[in-house]
Amino acid sequence: MAVIDLANPTRFLNIVNRVLPWLAAITIVLFAVGLYRAMNAPDDYQQGATVKIMFLHVPAAWLGMFGWALMSVAALGTLVWRHPLADVAGKAAAPIGAAFTFICLVTGSLWGRPTWGTYWVWDARLTSMLVLLLLYLGVLALYWTAEEPGRGARAAAILALVGAVNLPIIKFSVDWWNTLHQPASVFRMGGSTIAPAILTPLLIMALAFTMLFVVLHLAAMRNEILRRRVRTMRLMQARELAEAGA
Amino acid sequence: MNLGPHADFIVAAYAVTVFVVAALLAWVVLDYSAQRRILGDLEERGITRRSQGKG
Repeated sequence: MAVIDLANPTRFLNIVNRVLPWLAAITIVLFAVGLYRAMNAPDDYQQGATVKIMFLHVPAAWLGMFGWALMSVAALGTLVWRHPLADVAGKAAAPIGAAFTFICLVTGSLWGRPTWGTYWVWDARLTSMLVLLLLYLGVLALYWTAEEPGRGARAAAILALVGAVNLPIIKFSVDWWNTLHQPASVFRMGGSTIAPAILTPLLIMALAFTMLFVVLHLAAMRNEILRRRVRTMRLMQARELAEAGA
Repeated sequence: MNLGPHADFIVAAYAVTVFVVAALLAWVVLDYSAQRRILGDLEERGITRRSQGKG
């Protein structure tokens, strides 16, 4: 089967219905292993047990940014190639990405209080992440308030592409500015600075959260396709009623 | 497992995450059943996605 075949929503639904239970099962197993390893990971020599918040905070930050990157690719599909599933993918990713960005901000704040002595500072990393959440809310507002779905989709796609500028700002904010937030410590030149006993559960949790994102995204895409079918059928019904009355 | 003097912050972080993830799961599951129910109702009334009229 060619990749282009996935452009057919009916075929896409058939594939999603088949793979979703398996992906959900893999996600549950990964979370079981990841949480077990995370709860039994040693304390950090400086931060103590609060390092356990990292197993939530870091994957949520990655997925908050991943969600926007996915929406940006989908936006290209909507605006340039008019791919039938592109807008569906973008719209389905928005609330999930917003939720992970929210988790990142809240867990970061709860981690910051015992380690930095404050819940919040207006430094570049924290502020650019907050901007990402506000951008997500803007996209959701465009989708939810547009009277004509196509117009809302195009506006949301433009905002997704413009907002993509924020992704490198988030990533490199800790290098470009003097921030309270620590610099990159997992993926960096010269290797990770995190001890393997903490890095391994972090990577397993990151994989588990990524699988959760994929499962939620596929399920939300399926729902959006069904919602569009409902809308089409209601329009057909209205047209038939109008013709019958004419 | 000893969470140390900052256990409240750790528990709160996990609780918020569980709550948000549960809300996301509830959203996709409830939305799916709602869309399936509406589609079923429309199909029962003979409405299709193509201009086939009734039936």
